[in-house]
Amino acid sequence: RCHRYQCQLPAAGCERGKELERSRRRFGARGTAGAAAMPPKVPARSPQSQIGPAVKPVQSRIPKSISRKRDEDASTEVGEGADEWTLSKTLLKPPDQLELTEAELKEEVTRILTANNPHAPQNIVRYSFKERAYKPISFVDQLAIHFSLDGNLLLRDSDEGRRQSARIGLEPDLAPVASTVIEVEETEVKEEGSKEDIPAASAEEAAEGEEPPSHSMKEQKLTNQFNFCERASQTFNNPVRERACQMEPPPRATFSATANQWEIYDAYVEELHKLEKSKEKEKQKPLVAKKEDKLRGRKLTSLESQSDDVTKVTKAAKIVERMVNQNTFDDIAQDFKYFEDPADEYRDQEGTLLPLWKFQYDKAKRLAVTAICWNPKYKDLFAVGHGSYDFMKQSRGMLLLYTMKNPSFPEYIFSSESGIMCLDIHNDHPYLLVVGYYDGNVAIYNLKKSHSQPGYKSSAKSGKHTDPVWQVKWQKDDLDNNLNFFSISSDGRIVSWTLVKNELVHSDVIRLSVEGTTLEGPEGLQLQTIGCGTSFDFHKKIDSLFLIGTEEGKIYKCSKSYSSQFLDTFDAHHMAVDAVSWNPYHMKVFISCSSDWTVKIWDHTIKTPMFIFDLNSAVGDVAWAPYSSTIFAAVTTDGKAHVFDLSINKYEAICSQPVVAKKKNKITHVQFNPIYPIIIIGDDRGHVTCLKLSPNLRKMPKEKKGQEIQKGPEVEIAKLDKLLNLVREPANKPAK
Amino acid sequence: FRPCPIATVARRESRSHAGDSSCASLAMAEVEETLKRIQAHKGVIGTIVVNAEGIPIRTTLDNSTTVQYAGLLHQLTMKARSTVRDIDPQNDLTFLRIRSKKHEIMVAPDKEYLLIVIQNPCE
Repeated sequence: RCHRYQCQLPAAGCERGKELERSRRRFGARGTAGAAAMPPKVPARSPQSQIGPAVKPVQSRIPKSISRKRDEDASTEVGEGADEWTLSKTLLKPPDQLELTEAELKEEVTRILTANNPHAPQNIVRYSFKERAYKPISFVDQLAIHFSLDGNLLLRDSDEGRRQSARIGLEPDLAPVASTVIEVEETEVKEEGSKEDIPAASAEEAAEGEEPPSHSMKEQKLTNQFNFCERASQTFNNPVRERACQMEPPPRATFSATANQWEIYDAYVEELHKLEKSKEKEKQKPLVAKKEDKLRGRKLTSLESQSDDVTKVTKAAKIVERMVNQNTFDDIAQDFKYFEDPADEYRDQEGTLLPLWKFQYDKAKRLAVTAICWNPKYKDLFAVGHGSYDFMKQSRGMLLLYTMKNPSFPEYIFSSESGIMCLDIHNDHPYLLVVGYYDGNVAIYNLKKSHSQPGYKSSAKSGKHTDPVWQVKWQKDDLDNNLNFFSISSDGRIVSWTLVKNELVHSDVIRLSVEGTTLEGPEGLQLQTIGCGTSFDFHKKIDSLFLIGTEEGKIYKCSKSYSSQFLDTFDAHHMAVDAVSWNPYHMKVFISCSSDWTVKIWDHTIKTPMFIFDLNSAVGDVAWAPYSSTIFAAVTTDGKAHVFDLSINKYEAICSQPVVAKKKNKITHVQFNPIYPIIIIGDDRGHVTCLKLSPNLRKMPKEKKGQEIQKGPEVEIAKLDKLLNLVREPANKPAK
Repeated sequence: FRPCPIATVARRESRSHAGDSSCASLAMAEVEETLKRIQAHKGVIGTIVVNAEGIPIRTTLDNSTTVQYAGLLHQLTMKARSTVRDIDPQNDLTFLRIRSKKHEIMVAPDKEYLLIVIQNPCE
């Protein structure tokens, strides 16, 4: 072959083949980069591939010569690309390529453009019966249809066109025979069935006659004029009645809720409560008393639900009241919490008392504060007893409980007919208060109950005192788990009261008697003068040991086990002993104060006091500080408060400060708060003042360098011991 | 511990129904008194009691102000409570204080009610 792709000419017989040869020679196998005029082989070849090998190249190639030339002229790039592609492979001559001589290759071939269809056969022959031979057809149709599409337009005059227009209802232009025949057929079809032949024939005629007009009314039904009758039937239409029924729409309520974590939690908690309640109900069925409670409880709840809405705001109101107070007394609250007097650094050893809140109640204005006590559980709650020390002016009494969170109004208010002289709050049951009255009665108040009256009260029958009760103190529950407390009174009796089955049962523990004085009574009887007890205190550790202070100025050390005898006697004061108190840390030390202007500190093994302090005024009360074994506070009737720290100054107070406003105001009691550095002071006007201790008054033993800080009561004991040892040797005589 | 409000009952053992209702009425009196005290306190401008739907049931301010405060603070309190409880479902909102330049609004939510107090804290 000439060149690779199916060239029919012998090799080098066509121009292209020549060119290729040339380029091959020039560039070797790589070749045709320079052969610019190379036409693409593939498109040129394809039409020729269909041509049979017997066809002469001239004829066959003529119609396509245009395209070829176009290819040759047009593009070098395309050709190049194709050639590149083709010539990247080595030129392979097919084994059956026609081998041509040079001369043959150089032969010129002309091409002529004609309008012949190359696909049209050129030698169609037909069998001619006349001549009994095949004869070629002279004329071969050269029409080549490239594309045909049938449209859908009809000539209006054509058969189909007329038919369609008639169907639509247009006027026919002509009525050719064929259409007439068709129409007759149609009319026959329409009248089939009930027609006879004669009428059919006549109908035919009539139909023929009527042909043109019937044609126009073709759609209308053609009826027989003679005996056609129209028949139709219609059923009876039942009257329609509408019947409906509408109910009241079910009541609707819009419900919306959120499913939060806490909603789910609440639901679970409620479920739990319900389960527990049902379990409790099962358990409580046999108990009758509980049933009553439940009944009462149920009735209460029903009543409560009827009651006004406002009661439900109780708790919120309480909180808000405290908040409002906090705002009003904001600076005081801040001081209480955070203020530490910086001036104490410069003040050497002295300290000050910073006044904080002042508690007062309208109805208790005339009454003196006769007792104050901090609640052991709620450190901000304290109880104040009101009464009167004046023998002539005895009136009613009040018991108020205040909290530091609400300085303007007491939390609990109880009033009584007789003045309250002393009170104590139970350590384990912080809702139980025991109170001693001026008329000699004692009573227990229960804060959990809603009475304004005490729960239990003694009476003349049950052994009340005949003189004012000066001090009461709770004791540990006895062996039967009954509550019990002690009381002391000027009638000389120390009575132990026990709450047995809702009744107060008393038992005299000790009868005080003034030693050495016996009176001659009638008939020569020796009457013992009864001493008057004014205060007592129980030992912190040794339960049975306690001290009694008397009006005569003596202090007796007694034990619960020995009722008739005293363990020891101390000639303490010249006047009534107002208060005795054991040291919270040291087991042997106690303090006493009296209206003879002195405060004395004792070791109970030694008959003489360790320390004596003269305060220039009758001392109303004295109290040890709970955080140190050497600090105590004393209050005097001239309105001053004195704070002493024995480790700092053994002879003088480190703070002496007038605390109440008016001079005539006597301070009656003082108490340290168990945890906060504050003290409360009650005066005889019915006011309770709260003061903060400055840092100098709260000094802890300094740790030596290198040693760790020792905490705990042992340190305090050691501290006091050290002091006592200092004092003990020389101090057989009072250090005045 | 928070005991029931004080009630004068003759004897402890015998508690009649009359006693119960008097207890309730005394409770009401106690709360009324507390609210009066709050209102009379220094610097308090007004108090509003709002029920669970945000409708004020008791107020010492004028109507429009009350309605405004009630609506807004009710939503805020619900949101605050939801926040607190979302963080820890065992926790609950005790109170809410909003201190502004002019005064302080204190809200104490209860189970069904809301107590709002507006106070001008004395500086």
